[in-house]
Formats: sequence, structure tokens, C-alpha cells
Amino acid sequence: MPGKTRLLQGNEACAIGAIHAGCRFFAGYPITPSTEIAEHMSRQLPVVGGVFIQMEDEIASIAAMIGASLTGKKAMTATSGPGFSLMQENIGYAAVTEAPIVIVNVMRSGSSTGHPTGTGQGDLMQARWGSHSDHPSVSLAPGTGQEMFDLTVKAFNIAEKLRVPVVVLPEAVVGHIREAVYIPAEGEMEIIQRERPTEYEALNFFERDERGVAHPPDLATGFHPHYTGLSHTEGGFFSADPDELNKFNTGLCSKLEKNREFLTDYSEENTDDAEVMLVSFGVTGRASLRVTRMLREQGVKAGCFRPRIVWPFPDKRLREIAEHAHTFIVPELNLGQLRLDVEHVVGPEKRVVGINRVDGTMLTLERMMDEIKEVLK
Amino acid sequence: MVVEPFVEKWLRQRTLPTIWCAGCGLGSAMRIIIRALEELEIDPDKLVVVSGIGCSSRMVGYIDANTVHTTHGRALPVATGIKLARPDVDVLVIMGDGDGTAIGGNHLIHASRRNINLTVLILNNHTYGMTSGQVSPMTPHAKFASTSPFGNLEYEFHLCDMVKSAGATYVARTTVYHFPQAARLLKEAIQHDGFAFMEMFFQCPTYYGRFNALTDAKDMLQGFKDSAVRYNPENPLELQPGEFYTGKLWHDTSRYEYTKLYKELVERAGKMTIAG
Repeated sequence: MPGKTRLLQGNEACAIGAIHAGCRFFAGYPITPSTEIAEHMSRQLPVVGGVFIQMEDEIASIAAMIGASLTGKKAMTATSGPGFSLMQENIGYAAVTEAPIVIVNVMRSGSSTGHPTGTGQGDLMQARWGSHSDHPSVSLAPGTGQEMFDLTVKAFNIAEKLRVPVVVLPEAVVGHIREAVYIPAEGEMEIIQRERPTEYEALNFFERDERGVAHPPDLATGFHPHYTGLSHTEGGFFSADPDELNKFNTGLCSKLEKNREFLTDYSEENTDDAEVMLVSFGVTGRASLRVTRMLREQGVKAGCFRPRIVWPFPDKRLREIAEHAHTFIVPELNLGQLRLDVEHVVGPEKRVVGINRVDGTMLTLERMMDEIKEVLK
Repeated sequence: MVVEPFVEKWLRQRTLPTIWCAGCGLGSAMRIIIRALEELEIDPDKLVVVSGIGCSSRMVGYIDANTVHTTHGRALPVATGIKLARPDVDVLVIMGDGDGTAIGGNHLIHASRRNINLTVLILNNHTYGMTSGQVSPMTPHAKFASTSPFGNLEYEFHLCDMVKSAGATYVARTTVYHFPQAARLLKEAIQHDGFAFMEMFFQCPTYYGRFNALTDAKDMLQGFKDSAVRYNPENPLELQPGEFYTGKLWHDTSRYEYTKLYKELVERAGKMTIAG
């Protein structure tokens, strides 16, 4: 079937992207504003021979998804902040057992139950650090319906290649926006499958390769692996030996650094000579691009930098831009989470100013322009 | 020490000896499990054993099959995902009473309700052994634990009745003292096509025993022997205080098994075109 363009809701584009990427297992629990993803999966997964199950809560959803992933299935769940909080325990478990999983967290506004139908970007840091202690994870921030498709496929590719939990972080407004989305033909986009070694040295199922990735076997495929959340040796079993613990923890967390190029994805515009930079992600990143063009029309040397992979943060490129830009404006639908990254990367010599909104609505172009003009006075 | 060949075959020699205390009943429980697996000629390549956190959940590290030691209380949803993804494999779930009935209690009732083909064994020592003897939802009323130093104010679950009400289609109770019965019931549970639940009492002399004037493992086993009443559905004997039924307590063949229903659904859905 050739590629085609369809009018889709962001959440639908995400679900279609997941199936396109080979997702054949979805476990979830209803929660606004992500529910359409589960609904779509419940209709379409049985048609392609996959499994959909609605579990008793989000804890069970991520647990079931990890179980399926350990058998070799590409697995996904979708949720929003309160459910994402419940999943943190097993995000660490997926990281430690090297189980590839994809979690879509369609961000609502506010802490706790917050404003369920409002839009927000407050889970940026939680996606990185929500589960206890050091562990690798990757976060992607789609800002358009098209990116809901593209970055969901990319999330599966990253999860399979590096065997890490990957979080897709659209805002409610991106989950619910309706836009033209191009669905590529089969084979048009690269689809990555996890490596499946056919033999292991001395039952060392968790030995890392040069990219820092271990490739334990799928369950019930002729090997007898032991998966545990305990810190473990290459054999897969707990050891309290400090050298083994150090090797395990540093090895596990080396995945992001060793694959930094693979994990760098951003868009930029007018950055070459920019003095004033807008740095933002997701839907506010999209608005920032428009504002940058409006500023250029008014003679301001403005540029826009929008990471699509927000964790790990693309600090190398931003540091290059900081060689000539003097002011960094960071619009966000939270009280300054990405701003911490920008401040950290560009250093104390540069001016970093946030434009923040936490009322469940969007940052308007007018408000952004007004605030930027104040800053540039 | 003489290890019978069928036991040796099922153990990962490199992970032994176990972490369990002297006098603990988990070695007997593991031997019962291995006996059942061996007698049923289960293929270890097609067996996944899933556990949570605690003394009994450590058992999966010793059994030479596909094993998954999950987070605390989460063995059942992980096992559910495994069984849905690979309906062709046998999935055995081993949990302690704290793991399965406190932190994992919600998962237990929902897995029972779903009637998915899992064999679920709750190894009940009436306490949290791994963390040194705190009160659990299965600690009987007025008994002592490190966090109920004045005696337990709460009452335990009627666990077998609870999972039966929740929808489990095979329910049994036994103890590690009743070795032949335990192995026989576990074999039935594994062969049952649906959610099979078995509660097995085992002794924890180190904590539960010590806090409750039962420090000798032998005395605790004698207690299991003396308090067990074989359940006969035709003519159930009335229980005296402290007694409990053993045997097959419930067997319901009227409900469909979940993975079979799902397989039918996939066959139906494959013939349909759904908009969207």
C-alpha cells in the first residue's frame, strides 16, 4: 500500500504510528487526555493479531507491558500525569531488566489530579528522574500531529535498539489536535528490531556490547534467563560485590552517553546569526518558531531551537549556538523545567528568561511577543 | 547431602545455597513445586516462573527455567502480560502473603476475575520474613509481629474465599507438612485451564515463630498437621478455632479461559474491517 495523507487526531496518529512500528501489545487504563490511544488500540490490535488489555490500574498496565516485552513483543501504554506517577516504580524495573517499552504520557496541566482537560508541560523532569536512583530513559516531545506518528515510531526504534524505557511526551493539545498526517508506506521508514543473539558465552545473558546494551533472550525461546530488578552480574543474578554493583550501575547508565548521536534530534531555524534564541519543546516549540519569524520581520536577529528528543538534552548544539547568541528565551507550560537545562548549558554569562504559563491554556503568540519585547527593551 | 536427581535437574546449581534460614519451610515448598513440575513432565524451556519480592519470591532464582523476579506485588500483572503474549507457555506465579495480599492484593482479585490461565501459589508464613517479621494481612488476630508488639488488632483475609468470590476457577489450600497432598493439588492447579489459586502455609521459625512462642520448626509443622482438616464438599466438617481446611476447595469449569477468548476474538476481528 502506498503512503497516504489522512486527517487524524494526534492521539490517533500516535496509535497508528505504534502499530506501524510493530507494536503488538497494549495494556492501559483510561485517563484523560490519553484515552483515545487505548480506544484505537482496542479496535485495531486484534485486527493485526496483537493484544489489547485494559488493566486494573496503571501499575498493572506497565507491569503487563513489561511481561509482554520480555517475551519479545513490542509493547506500549498511554497515560497522563496521575497514571504516569503510578508507573514510576516499573520504569526503573524496565530499565534494569533491559525491557524495551514505550510510554505515551499525554500531559495535562498541574500537579496531582490538576486540570485533567487542560494542557501542560509539567512532566518534563519527571520523565527523566521520576523513578528512583540512576537509570537510563529517553523522552521525546512531539509538537504536531505528524510528529505524533513519526516520534512514536522513533520511540519504538530507540527502545528496541537500546533496550530502554522511552517516554513520548505530547501535551494534551497535541494529543487532541486534528491535522493532516502522512502515513508512509511499509518499508519507507526504518523500523528497528531488537538484537536477538543465538548464543551466549557462559550463560552471561546480560553482558553489554560496545554500545552499552545487553541483549538478554526473550522468554521461552530455549534459554533460561533470570530477570530481576536487583542489581545483577552479567549472569543476571544479584551480587553485593561492590565492583559488580559499580559495573552494573555505570554500565546500565552508559547507554545514553555511548549513543548520544543516535539520541540527538532537534529542529532549528535562523540559528546561524541569532542573537536572541527561543528554546522550547513540543507545542510551545511550535509557537516559538512562529514567534521567531515574527521577530525577524521586525528586525530582531532571532532564532529557534526545538529539541524533539528532550532527554538526553541536545546540549552540544545549543552550546555552539551560545557562542554568538546572548539571550535565551524559554517558553514553557510549566514554571521553568527546560529553562534549567538551558541555564546549565549556556552558562551564567548568558541571559536566560522563561515565559511560563500554568493555567491549562496555551501561550498565545501575542503574549509571547509582548513578553519578549519587554525582555529586549 | 543426597539430592534426588529430579531435584538436581530443576535447580540452578550456580545460585545455591539458598538465602533461607535454618528451619524455614521454603525448601520444602520448592521441593513440592519441583515434584509437581517433574511429574507433569513440564518442559522447562516452555515454563515461565514469575515472582514478586520477599523470601518466597527469591525461589525463582533457584529454579532452572525462564524466571522473572518482578517488583513488590507486581508478579501477577507481569505474568498476565507474559501469558497474553505467549499463551503456549506455562506460567507459574509464586508470591508470599505480604507480596500477594497486601501490596499486590488488587492485582490478585483482578487476575482471579479475568480467569486467565495462570497457576498462582501464595506461600503463606503469616509475616514479612525478608524485612524481619512485620505484621501482614495474613497475620492472625492477636498474634505478635515486630510491628504488632501488643498483638495484631486486625483480622486476616479469608484468602481462598476471597479469590473464589473474585472469580478464580480452581482454589486449594495445603501446607508444606502435607507433601503428597501439596504436590497432587499443585499438579491439578497447573493442569487447570483457568486461574488456579493455591495457598500453602509454611513455617517461619526465625520471625513468626519466635514472636509467637513457636521457635521450633518441628513444632510449627506439628501445628499444621494438627490444625488441618481435609475439606469434603459433600460433608464438610465444622472447624474448631485455629483449624483450617486443606484440599481442593473450589473447581469451576463453567467460565471461559481468557487467552482462549482472546484467540477467538482475534480470529473474528481478522475477518472484519473497522473504520479508523
